Amino acid sequence: MASMVFAIPRPVHPTGIWSWITTIDHKRIGILYGVTAFILFLSGGVEALLIRAQLALPDQNLVTPEVYNQLFTMHGTTMIFLAIMPLGAAFFNFVIPLQIGARDVAFPRLNAFSYWTFLAGAIILKSSWLLADAPNAGWFAYSPLTGIQANPTHGIDLWVVSLQVLGVASLAAAFNFIVTIVNLRAPGMSLMRMPIFVWMSLITAILLVLAFPVITVALFELSLDRVFGFNFFVVAAGANPVLWQHLFWVFGHPEVYILILPAMGIVSEILPTFSKKPLFGYPAVVLAGAIIAFMGWMVWSHHMFTVGLGPIANSVFAITTMAIAVPTGVKVLNWIATLWGGSISFRTPMLFALGFIAMFTIGGISGVMHAMAPSDAQQQDTYFIVAHIHYVLFGGAIFAIMAGIYYWFPKFSGKMYNESLGKLHFWIMTIGFNISFFPMHFAGMYGMPRRIYIYNEGMGWEIYNMLSTVGAFMMAFSFLIFIYNIVTNWRNGEDAPDDPWDARTLEWSISSPPPEYNFVNIPVVKTLDDWWNTKHEDSDHLPMPAAGGSEDAEEHHDIHLPQPSYWPIILSFGLMLLGFGFIYNFYVGGLGAAIAMIAVYAWSFEPVNDPEPENNNH
Amino acid sequence: MAHDVASATHGEHEPTTTGLNHRKMLMWAFLGSDCMFFGSLIATYLVYKNRSITGPMPIDVFDIPVTTVSTFVLLMSSMSMVIAYSMLTQNKMKAFRIWLGTTVILGSTFVGFQVFEFRTFANHEVKIDCAHMEDLTVLEQKVAEKCTPGVHHVEEVVPLTPRVNLFGTTFFTLTGFHGAHVTLGVIWLTSILLLSIFRPKMVTPERNLDLDLAALYWHFVDIVWIVIFTVVYLFGVFEGY
Amino acid sequence: MQETNQINSNLAHSEEEVHTGHPTALQYFKVAMILSFVTALEFLVFYFEWLGHWIIPVLTVLSVGKFALVVMYYMHLKYDAKLFTGLFFAGFGVASGVILSLMALFSWFVF
Repeated sequence: MASMVFAIPRPVHPTGIWSWITTIDHKRIGILYGVTAFILFLSGGVEALLIRAQLALPDQNLVTPEVYNQLFTMHGTTMIFLAIMPLGAAFFNFVIPLQIGARDVAFPRLNAFSYWTFLAGAIILKSSWLLADAPNAGWFAYSPLTGIQANPTHGIDLWVVSLQVLGVASLAAAFNFIVTIVNLRAPGMSLMRMPIFVWMSLITAILLVLAFPVITVALFELSLDRVFGFNFFVVAAGANPVLWQHLFWVFGHPEVYILILPAMGIVSEILPTFSKKPLFGYPAVVLAGAIIAFMGWMVWSHHMFTVGLGPIANSVFAITTMAIAVPTGVKVLNWIATLWGGSISFRTPMLFALGFIAMFTIGGISGVMHAMAPSDAQQQDTYFIVAHIHYVLFGGAIFAIMAGIYYWFPKFSGKMYNESLGKLHFWIMTIGFNISFFPMHFAGMYGMPRRIYIYNEGMGWEIYNMLSTVGAFMMAFSFLIFIYNIVTNWRNGEDAPDDPWDARTLEWSISSPPPEYNFVNIPVVKTLDDWWNTKHEDSDHLPMPAAGGSEDAEEHHDIHLPQPSYWPIILSFGLMLLGFGFIYNFYVGGLGAAIAMIAVYAWSFEPVNDPEPENNNH
Repeated sequence: MAHDVASATHGEHEPTTTGLNHRKMLMWAFLGSDCMFFGSLIATYLVYKNRSITGPMPIDVFDIPVTTVSTFVLLMSSMSMVIAYSMLTQNKMKAFRIWLGTTVILGSTFVGFQVFEFRTFANHEVKIDCAHMEDLTVLEQKVAEKCTPGVHHVEEVVPLTPRVNLFGTTFFTLTGFHGAHVTLGVIWLTSILLLSIFRPKMVTPERNLDLDLAALYWHFVDIVWIVIFTVVYLFGVFEGY
Repeated sequence: MQETNQINSNLAHSEEEVHTGHPTALQYFKVAMILSFVTALEFLVFYFEWLGHWIIPVLTVLSVGKFALVVMYYMHLKYDAKLFTGLFFAGFGVASGVILSLMALFSWFVF
């Protein structure tokens, strides 16, 4: 109704850059997430290389201690919130609707909003470098170092605000995927017939919606202290800075499962495909994932063994932490059993998936060593922990993400990557990774503390640091190969078939890339690994009717697709202004809040364009 | 005409796997998540209970009779909300608007009580009658030190603000966030009410889900208050708690 | 096959509320009266100083009762899909766990 004040018409058939700005198509949003997150991953890598350059030799002063503190803070925060999480989101977005046989997610505009808000949060955080005021208190920001007295400039405020904005993005996405996975599965796809990646994503989304509010509260408390003089972490008023640690890690430990479960899901898709065998023990793998998520709430104080919680608390958390290795081990055993007796194909995705199992297991072993509180007393705050984190997060999550990028590259780009370059990337990265991080176990055991910008000659750590730096640059080089491979082949590569890997799940039953509407007809699912069943087992089962790539797709008027919208990006922009304004200028903040409120109303009242005969939009 | 207006209901015409509505599922997931938000604030409040070094304590400032009234007001707003929804589903539009308006008024009244309480606390005054000095709280005893011979009454303003002590910080933050939730709810309900008055075709019995979602949010805010009223106020003045 | 049929039959009910009962306005009013009565009771109990420490469990029970009434009847959870109960109580459960754990870690409960 034109007379409805907020009913501003939607874009009609936007093209070019406008089509990306107003898109609500999950496939495009997935690509936006993937490309943006990868660029941010590279920025986090540069931060790491600067750290490694500084530590390559003893007694160096390439960077000042202040800048060094900013480097490790930004590296950690970037890699966790701006790289691994959004790369996971890229896969959720692109893959999940295809794997469950849906046309899009449950809330397409909310989906776009999640991406633009993530971008806003990334801008707020990374701008801190440009403002010469990057946060410097570590990615975990312990109090009282983050208080206004110890840290009077705005770096910490930028960190806090960016995480709040990123939190909004993550929460919105998680709610969206919970509803999508529960409510938009194709007919016949019961929960136990869902691809394992979808299961892990559902569990991750549930963890997200329960964990993020805790850090939201912690961040509000820190902000209120810093900006308004509240007393949450003011020792003179009787406060206890350890409360920050508790609130942070109650979020932070589920967060690491949020980082790793999607990766485990990706690996669980790839191993069966390249072994030509179903995932061994699918119900056990699902249950193990759920148990890990549940138990992940009970271990958080293992990050605080050296704070002085007392023997009872330390013992309880040590036991729960050791216990959580059990379901993790169940998964590893099931992956190995999947490979056993399979017809293995060592294509690039498979190499990275196998690398994941090995590297993650090493990281898990050092993890169990930390779980014993007394031994952790020696390991805490040393490079031994740095080794653990990177084996599980790089050797684990990043390897799996690389595996997923190669695996689904034909599907999202419609092209094949170069297999030789892929393998070269894998080997250089794996060798470089181990050269970089394995020595850190030794450096840590021999006492090298983390988060210190310098070490002196004669400490005995020189060889380990040199190796770590060499390995880091090898990894960086391997990424150049990866970028070259992906970029050149995305433009000019060989056309990809619908199903280059002879895979098992529904996304491979449609064209590469898929049409805008995904499936001509929503499939009816009969089993787990339904596409494999269709192809190989069920000779009576007719091929999927015109299962994608059909040139007469334009004539399917009855397919209703969600329509593009301006309001997600505008709302995100408002939130970004609100964020910056909260720190620097209340008028800017007020403007941001006003834009946000208008965007919310306009979004609510947004009309649908009238149907036209010659296109698919409703 | 139906196509012209907001089709956030786009998904509502499609079948869903569970048969349940997308947006309703979203709202329940959101409320579960919001439990974690308030849970963290309540945990902070409890962790810092009785650890303030100075300043007004709960027993000095809490007015249980007044807060009981405001609790009652919020509870009644839940009743009026649920009756409003019932009227909408029965197409009794005038009654619907009246009950929805009542909810808005009751909710605003609650916020008014909160604002009144916050201001009272910020201007809290301790009055001592030096002739009758039984049963004084710790704060009152401190003020009563000014009862030297010849002094009959001592009055001192000892404000409770978030900056004064841990109790102020945690109390104002917890109840402040709750009040912010109520305020957002009042805005939401007022929007629906205005829409119903000026664009009646957008608020119909068929579209009762829109009101149902707002109602769920509203009731949630009420149950959070039930917890806060007990844990913060009723337990708060109890000694040793 | 049965699973497929079940899911297919669910698809037909997307716009109906999955519930069997629907309280009347009178029943809502009765719940409101109970809520008011319990609140008044809480107010009275608060002044019963002879209860000593027992005030805590008594008030807890009364509040839990009010909470349950609002959630089950006003928020309709008693009559709605069990999934909604699960979604809500997952959050409520973890939140309660976090509160109790933090209380323990900050020495509320002396062992």
